Amino acid sequence: MPYFGSEETVKELKRALSNPNVQADRLRYKNYISKVIRSVIQGLDVSTLFMDMVKASATVDIVQKKLVYLYMCTYASDKPDLALLAINTLRKYCADPNPMVRGLALSNMCNFRMPGMTEYIEQPIVAGLRDKASYVRRVAVLGCAKMHSLQPNTEIDGIIVNELYALLRDPDPVVVVNCLRALEEILKDEGGVVINKPIAHHLLNRMKDLDSWAQSEVLTFLLRYRPRSDDELFDVLSLLDSFLQSTHAHVAVATLRLFLHLASAHPAVQADALLCTSAPLLATCGAASRELRFAGLCHVQKVMRSQPGLFSTHYKRFFCGYSEPTYIKFHKMEILVELVNDENVALVLEELSSYCTDVSPELAQAAIAAIGRIARTYSEKCLDILTGLLALKQDHITSAVIQTFRDLVWFCPQSTAAVCQTVEVCVDSPQDSEQALLWLLGEHGEKISSAPYVMEGYVDGLKTELSLAVKMELLTTAVKMFLCRPAETQDMLGRLLHYCIEEESDVCVRDRALLYYRLLQRGVEETRKVVTGPKSDPSMSVLTERQEEPISQWASTFNTLGPLSGHDLCLQTAVISAADQPSNSTEKELLPGSKDVTLSSPNDTEEEISLSLGPPLSHETFEKMWLDLEILHRQTLGSPLPRTALDMLQAALQLVKIQTLAFTPGDTVPWKAYIYTRSTGTLILAELLQGDPQAPGSDESLVVSVKQQPVNQHAIRGFASILKSVLQTLNDDSS
Amino acid sequence: MISQIFILSTKGDHLIYKDYNIIMKPFRGEESKDSINGFYEMVTALSGDQPPVVMVNSGFLGELMSGLHFIHARQGGLYWVASTKTNPSPFTIIEFLNRLAALTKDYCGSLSEKSVRMNFALIYELLDEMVDFGYIQTTSTDILKNFIQTEAVSSKPFSLFDLSNVGLFGAETQQSKVAPSVAASRPIMSSRGEQGGKNEIFVDVIERLSVVIGSKGVLMKADIQGEIRIKCFLPTCSEMRIGLNEELSIGKSQLKGYSSAVRVDECRFHQAVKLDEFDTFRILKVCPSQGEQTVMQYQLCDELPCAPPFQLFPSVEKDYVNRSVNLSMVLIFLKLRCDLPPKSTALNVSITVPVPKGSTSMSQELSSPDQTAELQPKNKALLWEIPRFPGGAQLSALFKVDVPGLSSASLLEVGPVSMSFELPKQTCTGLQIRFLRLSPTQTGLSQRWVRYVTHSDSYTIRI
Repeated sequence: MPYFGSEETVKELKRALSNPNVQADRLRYKNYISKVIRSVIQGLDVSTLFMDMVKASATVDIVQKKLVYLYMCTYASDKPDLALLAINTLRKYCADPNPMVRGLALSNMCNFRMPGMTEYIEQPIVAGLRDKASYVRRVAVLGCAKMHSLQPNTEIDGIIVNELYALLRDPDPVVVVNCLRALEEILKDEGGVVINKPIAHHLLNRMKDLDSWAQSEVLTFLLRYRPRSDDELFDVLSLLDSFLQSTHAHVAVATLRLFLHLASAHPAVQADALLCTSAPLLATCGAASRELRFAGLCHVQKVMRSQPGLFSTHYKRFFCGYSEPTYIKFHKMEILVELVNDENVALVLEELSSYCTDVSPELAQAAIAAIGRIARTYSEKCLDILTGLLALKQDHITSAVIQTFRDLVWFCPQSTAAVCQTVEVCVDSPQDSEQALLWLLGEHGEKISSAPYVMEGYVDGLKTELSLAVKMELLTTAVKMFLCRPAETQDMLGRLLHYCIEEESDVCVRDRALLYYRLLQRGVEETRKVVTGPKSDPSMSVLTERQEEPISQWASTFNTLGPLSGHDLCLQTAVISAADQPSNSTEKELLPGSKDVTLSSPNDTEEEISLSLGPPLSHETFEKMWLDLEILHRQTLGSPLPRTALDMLQAALQLVKIQTLAFTPGDTVPWKAYIYTRSTGTLILAELLQGDPQAPGSDESLVVSVKQQPVNQHAIRGFASILKSVLQTLNDDSS
Repeated sequence: MISQIFILSTKGDHLIYKDYNIIMKPFRGEESKDSINGFYEMVTALSGDQPPVVMVNSGFLGELMSGLHFIHARQGGLYWVASTKTNPSPFTIIEFLNRLAALTKDYCGSLSEKSVRMNFALIYELLDEMVDFGYIQTTSTDILKNFIQTEAVSSKPFSLFDLSNVGLFGAETQQSKVAPSVAASRPIMSSRGEQGGKNEIFVDVIERLSVVIGSKGVLMKADIQGEIRIKCFLPTCSEMRIGLNEELSIGKSQLKGYSSAVRVDECRFHQAVKLDEFDTFRILKVCPSQGEQTVMQYQLCDELPCAPPFQLFPSVEKDYVNRSVNLSMVLIFLKLRCDLPPKSTALNVSITVPVPKGSTSMSQELSSPDQTAELQPKNKALLWEIPRFPGGAQLSALFKVDVPGLSSASLLEVGPVSMSFELPKQTCTGLQIRFLRLSPTQTGLSQRWVRYVTHSDSYTIRI
């Protein structure tokens, strides 16, 4: 929000707050304090008023107090000296007879973000842990976590930890859950709070007293517990059984996740749990809140990956509502496609075809693509619908239909004849489906009688064609067509090749044209061998048909943001849990065993990562980030600095999309270079080092240290292996 | 763990902002603005609503915010947003944001940009008690009311609709008196003032209907999602007994033959509801806390106990105004019948009919002057609105839509028709509240209201 005259406002507020007349009038005074808070929300800097606000905190009016505390917490770190004044008053309030005043003072004191706060707050917190009012205990327990996070690098205070573990038996349910949360924060470096058998069973028995938020959080903590025996496991599960049906979706889903996790060895139990939760999950898919609906749909999709039949009788629930936002409609359509079977196919298709004329082009195209997916199994019915849509002569619809046709022909060849017949009519295809149409003409030119004439149109309009991809496709199509219908296309092909070789400015197109030209010189049969490939690949449809996945594939990301955010978060969570034992992962990499020089482990080839350069980073940003971040990964690369010129190294790295920011001259010891790259949403920064006296073994081999934001261990592994292979290649060349 | 909570207006103004980071450098001044505005830009960059979870990648808004997930819910035209660096349960966060909005509504009376602006101190107070250090503490009004001290400033928008809506809801327990529809939208806590101190309790039965009717008038899909909601203004309330229809049956298995039993497929209850008399007498026992809560949710699928409330008899034809210049038009004749019992009325009925692309103008013949119809070329649709539609009545309308260069295939674009409406005093399942009894120990006079309403969640009729 643009805010004018901000300095004036601050001055005016200051004047008003220090005016004794205003101070005497309680209502007016409070009014001005409200105004100060309003400015804070608007992002105005009112830190100069700190002194006046400290004064205002000395009041019996709790509302005013709360407002002033809000202000103080925002600005305490800017005015540490003045904040100390406030702390003294706050400490006094920590001994107030009113538990509410005590709690309020304590909680706000812990919210001051100031170095050196610990010495002031430790004593009140410890006292607060033993307070007789549960309200104060709740605040004090979380206060321990806040205190720890103010000084993250200090030793863990064993006394407080023990006290917190003892407070897990507190009669107040919120105190219990807060203890778990606080212990989790404090013991983060040691893997979080320990859930052993007594604690787990204690928590399970307390479940009924907790409110729904606490329940779902405790359920998440219980994921860490592994029952010793099957008997115990079933005891635990039977205690939790009723929560599968909770009215609160978040509790039901959290319980389901725990069931799936605990019963990973008992598929029947898992299936039962899924069946039980299918009703609450379906209910969330129809919830009044659209956001909840969306979350429900995303999780239904996960469940369907293992149990496709679970929701098939409820397919009508996934019909789109008229007023639903498109992001919900997309997911519903995806689910509908999965749920199609012999009985419901007619109804589902009727529903989907009513979306094809939707006012939103994206939605219409998605509906057409969905019908195309169904067509792989039920081609006849779908082809009728798709053909009917062509008659509408609307660009976005025609284009989507043609693209769908192309995929359909590729996946199920039995529909070829029908498609070819239809394609006859769509001579003027819209921009973005030209490539698909050309591909169809090329592959099945002999079945489409008008094919040469359609193609002629493209050859004639070549001069005005902008898209490279279309030009390339046209070349291929022309050659293929020449092979099956030489009489009609020979002249056209000649003109096309001539234009592309003589006049075309783009190298790729020219090269492709030259290739075909020379190929044709070798003879028609030779060309046919090279150019014609399989016309369809029915085996692909086996791949694209969803196999039933084991539940364990998705159970770990169930009830997390992963299914919702589109990006796969499972990698990230894996890293977070791996980061809990940071010593392990780095040690493993430094072990001599990992010195093998194979370029990439089978694991890496399986899931390729792609690096990209992205916008350049300035030296300052790089430096700032390098200082801010921690080293996530360190590895010896197994090969020394190549003896080639350094600019060659730089060029080589550039080729694999790694940017070099700076390096020291070639003969300095130790030699250093800073490089960076991007990969699927993460930025990787790295330092190459040779001959560092502190790192043993780095004399003859480069050591890379990687920092990254956000963390994605998979990308780091990929990056390291790419780096390794580049150095390897350069060394092989130079030797 | 939640890092920040904030409320934004549709224009992107910051109404409430709360930061729970201690470890990380807190966002302040410019930085906090950056993070919020960054979120706002991402959500509004594309047309249409965005999914509730957006992730901010590094490089887009500076490194400070990388890896931050924003989860938002839209309520009352506002964005209710939480951001987090961890990977929490989306259900928890979304339900929490909805609960925050509901509590704000309870405490401020209504939910709008204005009421949030006016009551920012109250909302901060609420947030302080609800969330500490990014962890949800409590959201129960019973506990919160001990800590919330700020008085709500209620904004009472004057609107003509209030007058017209009087008499909208039936009141079973108070024979002649009728609660105005706005009676329940006031702050739950007010020690002084005109309306304050009125000991009222509202029990609403709300059903959402989602129906698809096929082209030949066949019912293709029918779902009812219902809930019983209590809004309680009593500062303390002892046990209340809610009696539902005695013949209510639950589950698909019970075949009832020809009896007119009220049936639902399944129902779920609020934790606090005692069900010991439910199986035999269909009585719910609950001690409502102040504010609004849902005591029972139920649903009925694939079946309607009564006829769907509306039947449409459309006819769509192509006609030429002047064949030589290819000036063509589409004639859409709609006959709409309301199959409700004669005493009841449907309100705010609006019918949306998609029209072919390129429609330029429209003329219409409507049967009464209070109806309106307009062509919305942007949405490729025509909108026909009927403020009141009595049960048993039949209305018809003729629309002539000019479409230059119409092909006969374009007629395919007309349809499906979607309707939205509101049926006061009506439940489609037939669920009724027989009685509402407060225990005799309840002190003070209290007024009890029962209201029924059915909304159309989605009502689609194919042509």
